[in-house]
Amino acid sequence: MVSTQKRLKRAVYKPGESTPAARWFNFAGLCLLAVVFLIPFYLIVRNALATTQDITSPGWMWFPTDIQWGAIPELFNNPMVPMARSVWNSTVVAVLTTIGTLFLCTTAGYGLARIPNRHADKVFYAILATLMVPSAITFVPSFVMVSSLGWVSDLRGLIIPTLFNGFVAFLCRQYFLSFPKELEEAARVDGLGYWGAFWRIVIPNSKGFLAAIAVITFVTSWNSFLWPLVIGRSPDSWTVQVALSTFLTAQTVNLPQLFLAAAVAILPLIFVFLFLQRFLVQGVAQTGLKG
Amino acid sequence: MAVPQQTAEPASAAAEASRRPRRRRSFGGRNLAFWYFVGPFLLGLLIFTYIPVGWSTYLSFFDARNTVTPAAEDFVGFDNFVTMFSDANFRRSLITFTVFSAIIVPLTFAGSLGLALAVNKVPIMQAFFRSVFFLPFACSYVVASLVWKMSIFTGVRYGMVNTVLGWFGIESIPWLFGNSPPWFWLVIATLRLWIQCGFYMILFIAALQQIPVHLYEAAYVDGAKPGWQTFWHITLPQLRATSVAVLMLVLIQAYQAFDEFYNLLPNNGNVPYARTPLIYLYNTALGTVQDMGRGSAGALILALLIAIVTLLQGKILGFGKPEGR
Repeated sequence: MVSTQKRLKRAVYKPGESTPAARWFNFAGLCLLAVVFLIPFYLIVRNALATTQDITSPGWMWFPTDIQWGAIPELFNNPMVPMARSVWNSTVVAVLTTIGTLFLCTTAGYGLARIPNRHADKVFYAILATLMVPSAITFVPSFVMVSSLGWVSDLRGLIIPTLFNGFVAFLCRQYFLSFPKELEEAARVDGLGYWGAFWRIVIPNSKGFLAAIAVITFVTSWNSFLWPLVIGRSPDSWTVQVALSTFLTAQTVNLPQLFLAAAVAILPLIFVFLFLQRFLVQGVAQTGLKG
Repeated sequence: MAVPQQTAEPASAAAEASRRPRRRRSFGGRNLAFWYFVGPFLLGLLIFTYIPVGWSTYLSFFDARNTVTPAAEDFVGFDNFVTMFSDANFRRSLITFTVFSAIIVPLTFAGSLGLALAVNKVPIMQAFFRSVFFLPFACSYVVASLVWKMSIFTGVRYGMVNTVLGWFGIESIPWLFGNSPPWFWLVIATLRLWIQCGFYMILFIAALQQIPVHLYEAAYVDGAKPGWQTFWHITLPQLRATSVAVLMLVLIQAYQAFDEFYNLLPNNGNVPYARTPLIYLYNTALGTVQDMGRGSAGALILALLIAIVTLLQGKILGFGKPEGR
């Protein structure tokens, strides 16, 4: 009897109790893996701050002793890769894509979840049907549309076709279905219409959800490659990923500058990860629960 | 923010409603509200998804090289589809995808679940480990390809892996060069694993924390050994819905593989030994000859294949059923 009590207590305290040795093994293994996972970041920093001779020398150099800060202005003045322009383009595209997606998908999701309409089911199925096929595969049809609108090599072509994201609209609908109805009803009693209730009551009370969706949309947009490659035919409209890819596949490469460009490309997202990770993790958990 | 412009139909419906007695007005207002909430999105979906797909289907029956508005006499019937299927390169791209997914799907599943279990169990520094494993998701495939190609798996002596191999007296390996480099799958698979394992780990951790503790307590009382036995009989069945979702997402992502093949392999990925379906499609539709007819046919075939796979997998694995939590 006593032993059962003792066992129960232990089980409650730590289910799946393992021996201290196993726990240390687990911890050590994780530390080792963490080091392995960080190697690519280390390499970006090391190579960005070194000279070409440092990088290509036969012995492994752990860290450059003579840090080459001068490579930064050189990179931004390099005529081979329009770095400043592409960072600007990426910023504009990612910010506007996030704002636009959020606006269009939350309104659509709210309308579908909360405003009764006899066409609501049809609209919902029209959205669901687009989830069957990933948008990357329909880049040919999308390109046909964008080229006939004259939006090739134009930021509009990069941004606007990606705003109508069926999956985000679906997520928003599911979220608003579980939003407490009482709050909105109080607002409606106070004389607010759907539009007023949406902006004054629903949106201010959904900040966590919106932040999660916003952060994940921003990261996806910043990192996307295929669509910007398809649309960005002239260097003026390259995003940072397309510029980086062109730089990478060029005939002659300046290694430190190449890695410096990579550092520039990931820096904004490192900040997002450091300061907004809570929302990002939440966003991943939400978007991952597809279906 | 201004109220978005409305299409003619709801506006006239509202005008009609305003002429009616008061009781009908609230219905009209609600109808109008529905359309200004949903209308802009639906219009965009129509213009940027449904019309392009319809147009593309139309193009797939034409000889539409370097044009999106072919003349009537360029109608070729099903020729584009026949050409696609008889093209060995297209069939080979499907084999490439099959090999790639056979490598990447089980490894990602095992890797991300393993990470989640280990991180979930570690008593200290849990947030730190989670952040570190998730951090690669901040890297685009282009950035990762750059690091993999130019530093880790550089084919010459100063590459990182070759340096390490050199310490053990092993010859340098030309990872990505030559006619059919023997180790290129290792380069491609490690890259994708590095980026996506942390992402799926987050999903598994979220699901692990949903498992009720009393299940483990009950098993413990019943004498089940912690470790493999509880994992097999409690943890894994409880993770069923998440596992199915992860497998499906990883597979769909593998189907769309493009970025790392384009950036790692010679000739922008347009190589016979590892041309993915999207690389093939890209070169057909947007290569030197913009063959929109064949490109459209290819896009339709690939879209249809993924839709069938999605439906079948959903059927077989019971996707979408409520989880037994």
